[in-house]
Parts: sequence; structure tokens; C-alpha cells
Amino acid sequence: MALSVALIVSAVAIFVAMLIVMLRLFIGPSLYDRVLAVNSFGTKTVLLIAVLNFIGGRPEFLDIALLYALINFVGTIAILKFFRYRSFQMAMSSVRGRAGMPVDKEE
Amino acid sequence: MLDMSVVILSCIILGAGAFFVVVGAVGVYRFPDFYTRLHAAGVTDTMGSELILLGLVLQAGFSLIAVKLIFIGLFLFITSPTATHAIANAALTAGLRPFLSVRAGTASPGSDRSDQE
Repeated sequence: MALSVALIVSAVAIFVAMLIVMLRLFIGPSLYDRVLAVNSFGTKTVLLIAVLNFIGGRPEFLDIALLYALINFVGTIAILKFFRYRSFQMAMSSVRGRAGMPVDKEE
Repeated sequence: MLDMSVVILSCIILGAGAFFVVVGAVGVYRFPDFYTRLHAAGVTDTMGSELILLGLVLQAGFSLIAVKLIFIGLFLFITSPTATHAIANAALTAGLRPFLSVRAGTASPGSDRSDQE
């Protein structure tokens, strides 16, 4: 009894946190705020799926959560790489300049 | 007796994890600068997710579900700080300046980093 109450409370808390993070996703002034919000939202989605597994008693949800954790990380890195190089094609080593330093200084 | 104590411990850990998750989300919404928001999200996401998954593992006992939960926890424990570091590195490389003081001006997305020295 107490355990199901704790599960429902944590699920509601994660859901509220997802709503707040989504507010930051909409109003975030820069691109990186939005990327951060998407990454945080994905982590909370993994947690919500894992808690819903215990509330609903469906153990196959955990596989979805595991897959979602992987896709979330790879998607974040892909978004960051795309907005730095504006392409998915270019390899990291073919770009001039050291990693971590600005490549193009115009604008 | 042991079952009851495990249930109570699981409830406490789940509540603590929910608290950390909500506090991190509020920090992401209310902090003034990108890097402070990154700090709020990166620290509390790792802590809250590990606590919630630990509470679920305590409820699952010795089973395949616990193994899957531990794998999810391991992935999040490795990838969440890595993603946070990647976002911070990308923002600093793109020239997003930290909000140091009120007099130093606001952190605007397109400002150049090289004009501060």
C-alpha cells in the first residue's frame, strides 16, 4: 500500500518535472538551453517509463526504457555535432583546428 | 520484518529521488544563466535518477527486472555527465559567455569570446 503510494507520488513528481523542463524548452533563449532541456526531458522519460513498469506491472517496459536511454544520449551528441558542423557527413578529424577551439571566426 | 524495512527504505529513497528530480527541474526553469541551468540539470539528474532506480531495485528483489534496472542506472550514470560535458563544451566553443556579474553584461548567444581579453 505504502509502496504503491510512493510509486504514484514519484511518477507524478517526474511528470511535473517534465512539464517544467518543457517550459524551459519552449522559452530557452539559446540553442544550448533547448538541447539541455531535451536531454533532461529524455532522462526523466526513462525514469517515468521505469516507474510505470512497476505501477502497471508490465516488465517489458524496462526494455523500452533501456533503449530510450541509449537513443537519448546518442541523439544529444548528434544534435550537438550537427549544430557545430551543420552536417552529419563530416568526420571530426577532417575539420581544421583543435577540438574544443572555435573553427570559424567570422560573423 | 525485513520485508517491511525494505519497503520503507524503498519509499524513502523513491521520495528522495522524486525530490531531486523536481528540484533540478525548478532549477533549470529559474536559474539566470545557461551554465547555472546546466549545473542544476546535470547534477540533480544523475542523483535523482540513480536514487529512483535504486528504490525500484529494492522493490524488485533478485530478478531479471533488477538486472535491467541496474543496467539502466549504469548507462545513465555514465552518459548523463558525458552529455552535460558535451553540451557545456559545445556552448563554450560556440561563444556563449558565462554570466559573471551584473556589470559584465548578459550572456548572449552570439557574442564572441575573444573580446574579453
